[in-house]
Amino acid sequence: MTTAFRLPKGGRIDRTKPIVVRFNGREVPAFQGDTAASALLANGIHFVGRSFKYHRPRGIMSHGSEEPNALLDVDRGGNRREPNNRATVVEAFDGLALKSQNHWPSLTFDVGEINDRLGAIFVAGFYYKTFMWPPKFWTSVYEPIIRRAAGLGQAPTAPDPDRYAQRHAHAEVLVVGAGPAGIAAALVASEDPNKRVILCDEQAEPGGALLHDVTSEIDGVPTSAWVKAAIETLDARENVTILPRTTAFGYFNHNHVALAERITDHLRVPLTGLPRERLWQVRAGRVILATGAHERPLVFADNDRPGIMLAESLRCFVNRYAVLPGRQIVIATTGASAYRAAIDLKAAGASVTVVDLRLEGDCGTELVAAVHAGVEVLTNHTVIGSHGRQRVTGLIVAKLDGNGAVGAPRVLACDCAGMSGGWTPAVHLFSQSRGKLRFDSGLDAFVPGASVQAETSAGSCRGVYDLAATIADGAKAAGGSRAVAASPTYTSFQPARIMPAPPGQKPVKAFVDFQNDVTAKDIKLAVAEGFTSIEHVKRYTTTGMATDQGKTSNMNALGLLAGQLATEIPAVGTTTFRLPYTPVTFGTFAGPNRGDLFDPARVTPIHDWAVANGAKFEDVGLWKRAWYFPARDETMHQAVARETKAVRTSAGIFDASTLGKIEVTGADAAEFMNRIYTNAWTKLEVGRCRYGLMLKEDGYVFDDGVAARLSPTLFHVTTTTGGAPRVLAHMEDFLQTEWPDLKVFLTSITEQWAVIAVQGRRAREMIAPLIEDIALDDAAFPHMAVRTGHIAGVPCRLFRVSFTGELGFEINVPADYGQAVWEAVYESGRRFDVTPYGTEAMHVLRAEKGYIIVGQETDGTVTPDDLGLSGLVGKAKRDFVGKRSLVRPDVVATGRKQLVGLRTGDLSLILDEGAQIVADPNQTVPMKMIGHVTSSYMSANIGRSIALALVVDGRRRMNERLHVTTPNGFAQATVVEPVFLDPEGVRLHA
Amino acid sequence: MLLIECPHCGPRAEIEFRCGGEAHIARPADPSALDDNAWAEFLFYRSSPKGVHAERWNHAHGCQRWFNALRDTMSDRILATYPAGAARPNITTIEAAR
Repeated sequence: MTTAFRLPKGGRIDRTKPIVVRFNGREVPAFQGDTAASALLANGIHFVGRSFKYHRPRGIMSHGSEEPNALLDVDRGGNRREPNNRATVVEAFDGLALKSQNHWPSLTFDVGEINDRLGAIFVAGFYYKTFMWPPKFWTSVYEPIIRRAAGLGQAPTAPDPDRYAQRHAHAEVLVVGAGPAGIAAALVASEDPNKRVILCDEQAEPGGALLHDVTSEIDGVPTSAWVKAAIETLDARENVTILPRTTAFGYFNHNHVALAERITDHLRVPLTGLPRERLWQVRAGRVILATGAHERPLVFADNDRPGIMLAESLRCFVNRYAVLPGRQIVIATTGASAYRAAIDLKAAGASVTVVDLRLEGDCGTELVAAVHAGVEVLTNHTVIGSHGRQRVTGLIVAKLDGNGAVGAPRVLACDCAGMSGGWTPAVHLFSQSRGKLRFDSGLDAFVPGASVQAETSAGSCRGVYDLAATIADGAKAAGGSRAVAASPTYTSFQPARIMPAPPGQKPVKAFVDFQNDVTAKDIKLAVAEGFTSIEHVKRYTTTGMATDQGKTSNMNALGLLAGQLATEIPAVGTTTFRLPYTPVTFGTFAGPNRGDLFDPARVTPIHDWAVANGAKFEDVGLWKRAWYFPARDETMHQAVARETKAVRTSAGIFDASTLGKIEVTGADAAEFMNRIYTNAWTKLEVGRCRYGLMLKEDGYVFDDGVAARLSPTLFHVTTTTGGAPRVLAHMEDFLQTEWPDLKVFLTSITEQWAVIAVQGRRAREMIAPLIEDIALDDAAFPHMAVRTGHIAGVPCRLFRVSFTGELGFEINVPADYGQAVWEAVYESGRRFDVTPYGTEAMHVLRAEKGYIIVGQETDGTVTPDDLGLSGLVGKAKRDFVGKRSLVRPDVVATGRKQLVGLRTGDLSLILDEGAQIVADPNQTVPMKMIGHVTSSYMSANIGRSIALALVVDGRRRMNERLHVTTPNGFAQATVVEPVFLDPEGVRLHA
Repeated sequence: MLLIECPHCGPRAEIEFRCGGEAHIARPADPSALDDNAWAEFLFYRSSPKGVHAERWNHAHGCQRWFNALRDTMSDRILATYPAGAARPNITTIEAAR
């Protein structure tokens, strides 16, 4: 194996550590310190992928995160496979497996290449124009085909084996980018040891563009020595955190910047315990953006052939990785910086020709330097095309005459080409910070204008390209100054939107956005079809979209559009730069929040008993609640029928611990209760309970529950399971902001008390043997009373309440004793064949009695009267939350939906909850819907299905026959009272 | 994510807070004395200014106390925070906050 294009010396690679990576199965020798891209180029491999739409052969175009073409499938072993990685930022290690994408059957022979021949069809707006007819074809034919064809790589299917971490950090100064400006800023900012400074950079080592500058000097030393000394200084300062391999990808409000740190991707075997990536959420006092600039490609026909690269990237590969990207290189340029690349390539042994659009007189000292170095320079020349299908073999160039007319074409043979259309400051993060961009015509670029946050841009990301000026700018951004002497930088360029071409050139593909396969013609077509806004053109042509976010394409697209619209770039404006700056893995965002930690589960103190006794669980909010307890191979339906019957015939036991519980204490507790609930509380005696309704100020039911008065100044309030937090928040809101004069404290006690409901005619007999200090007989302890005492030796608050319509008790004991007391009560109930029941049976039992569930019978638009509960509204009370709204015109009007029961004609038919109700099923569509089913169950106790519903003027429709939608058409149902069992309430007093 | 200065706890991340809408709208002392229009005005109508807006915030995952904040709805900059019940600081423009 030879690495024919590796130079014998130089570069920042570690020649003592040879490695082998694989590309499409082929062995590719490389060195530690290579990227996937430099490893491939060292072996003469340029052609690494197929383009998105036209499946054109594509090569490596750049050397950094702006790479639009070389997207590879990367397999790091052990199910660590990921598509769409930029070859230019993937660090190589021994055994790394790379694959090209978006082709079938192979990279060199791809059937999809037919798309390129059919280019006339795949124009801008192709989808919108083509897949329109017939409409039903969209889901059955078009979408499946498009979905198969779309995208580049294949998503992995195996679970991600890695761990991801997240942390928050605070810093006085965050510096983004460790190039010359960023390093200078960090040096100045960290001089004060009390200032915490974070310096992050997306590359593996700090230095930015200086990492591939082998000729410049700063204060008399090579740039690499300057970087080394600066980083050593920073490393020695305890207030500095340097984060390599860390991309600042999002800039949010109040200087909140998100960073993605890649920790193990460059390691052959990730160290045990290390997370793969870490999300940093940094809150910085000041943010200094030193994010650099991107080189612009040139727009000419077939400018996308493998081997055609950005000029500065050629320089990077030769200097940083000691890789010669070609032996015969032609560099097309409209500016000075490419000459530096030409000189470096020439010094490394390549034959180099520069084709410059500028007139000789417009060039600076770079021209003389290049010629002196032995570079052939053709000024006043344009590029009008290229040759070579899977690798460039020549650029077609032509001289311009005095009037700018294109002369006779000739081919400059080459095996690699460079292009340089000038520079575009990377203003992505500045734009995300909501800063307004300003167009600088001298720089032909958008640069940061006024900052909106505590932010400063420094260096080439604001158009300061000269090395010494960049360092001074970084220092200034950090509030200091640093004057250095440095080699001059070739910076000027003459903007060219599209390279001059002879009139009537045959239809060509001159790419503007390489990643999205958008050509200059697409942008012209969009304008011809009437699009004038850059935001619309972006979406119509897809230029600047997707993961690339226009890093290389943006300015060329804007310039072309401005030209087509015969206006100036500032009038066109820019599109919004979206985060993330570069793609971030889902794992980084998810962090540790997956598996068991995805969503916390709340369990009751009696949970383990339920698990041990075979309960099936349902999620209620975050709670795991026992749903039903199937015996042997019972179905849910059979289990619920058995459980509900047991409660009505003997006794059942139910874990109600999830009920929200709040203690309302203080001298004004009763007054507070009076204002919060609809009913009256001031006269409630100690030792009594009351069912209360709570409204929002708009008059609609917000929550309900039983509250007990344990002393003149202490209420034990219960809420719905899901409502506990919002009820406490609602109470706190009024207490703190409207009635701060009330002497009341509110305390959540949901987690402190386990609640065991014992329901059924045997309930009293069941608990009696366990209680000595509470008289349980009906006279001493009537329905809706509360007592404190002990059960099985444990202190308890014993409520005589019922959510089943049976004689019942709810035993509140400290949570730690919950399961022990449960087991004692269960043991005591065995002689009555006590049956544990779950939430499903609880729902059926309460529906048989017509007891509502807030959130099921109510939906935030239901008043107490709609529920038939106007008796719970204290008419004599002067005020309570929501009272005034109960006399609003639309609340007192007729035509409101009211709670009723429904009996289906078919006894076994269980209506769908949410099903719509109409009066006449034969009316024309759209029908007038007069209500909906809120609850629906099979009742084993009644021997038929039952349902509750909200129906317009429901209480005036008793015995009326209505029609309810089902999956099989309408079903008949008769309106009845919403109480199906024991309407007199005799059972409560069994 | 905003950085909000709780008057009781200091600066904390926005995820610890809940916004409660426009501030300084007192509940009428006697709602029954209000006609339907006046009650609707209190219940439903809120201002949505472009510029300085007084808002109620609750440090829900902290001290759980309600306080008020002046926020510039254009820049999301928070110009002042102050305890519930305190008078609104006399800041009517973003410039005045500087």
